[in-house]
Amino acid sequence: MSPALIVFFIIGTVAVASSILVIGMRNPVHSALFLLLTFLCVAVLFVMKAAEFVAAVQVLVYAGGIMVLFLFVVMLINVRHLPDERVLSRSWKGGVLVGLALFVLFTTMVRPGAYHDAVNNEQALRSTYTYRHHTVRQPDGTVVRRLVRHATVVGNSEAVGMALYREYLVPFEVASLFLLVAMIGAIVIGKRELSALEEETNPDFILDKVETEKEVKEAMSA
Amino acid sequence: MPSTESYLMLSGTLFTVGLIGVIIRRNMITVLMAIELMLNAVNINLIAFSHRMSSIDGQVFTVFVITVAAGEAAVGLAIIIQLYRLKSTVNVDDAHELEG
Repeated sequence: MSPALIVFFIIGTVAVASSILVIGMRNPVHSALFLLLTFLCVAVLFVMKAAEFVAAVQVLVYAGGIMVLFLFVVMLINVRHLPDERVLSRSWKGGVLVGLALFVLFTTMVRPGAYHDAVNNEQALRSTYTYRHHTVRQPDGTVVRRLVRHATVVGNSEAVGMALYREYLVPFEVASLFLLVAMIGAIVIGKRELSALEEETNPDFILDKVETEKEVKEAMSA
Repeated sequence: MPSTESYLMLSGTLFTVGLIGVIIRRNMITVLMAIELMLNAVNINLIAFSHRMSSIDGQVFTVFVITVAAGEAAVGLAIIIQLYRLKSTVNVDDAHELEG
């Protein structure tokens, strides 16, 4: 058993166990922390498949960004927990049944040895490509210019970046537009509605205003 | 080196756990976390096949999936906050009226 396989089994077991705890914990804060553990384990699995850049993005965006967002919201809405409150939804039996059926389907579809892992070439995941013209002299005397692809081994981040900015430039821009739309949507949906009329009739606001006016008067008379 | 099949098994297990979580939990925040679990399982598949095919495209798609997951989490949590302001609950079963 190679060391990589041992690491895979340990990390995979931790990932599955913590993912089960995510959906099993009563307190959402505990769920969020176990979700964080799952994300970190998945990042380790990414590194083992020569995807270092994606692993870094996983840690930065998921563990750093999304988890903080989740914890913020959990603490912001502050739901009180009654010890005898129902955690499971009414249809939990059907849910478990559907999940187990899907699991059986997945595991029977994956046949061992179907993917011949011996042929993979890890250098391709670390190379960028440049295209150069080469003049080739044919045996009959004609000269042909050909476009030849050159691979340069640099690193995984450079390879992903080159693919993002060359072949996937339009999807990349669409993704940035999507993020802008999601940000505007989150702000518009999440902001507290308080119209001008409500501000005038809101007792806290009026009290605040009276206090401020009193303070201003005192400051001016002093 | 762990094989592609073992990665597929692991990702199938994580996806199943996420799906069960989406269906059986009542707390909306936990449901969103389970959706993130399912998206992560898909990412594992993409990375495993990217390595198997010696192609960078799977990793690029994983970056896009992570982008979509971030946007989805932000909008979903905003909706949950707004629902909590309206009804003082985050239970899925209690959100059954079209007009809050």
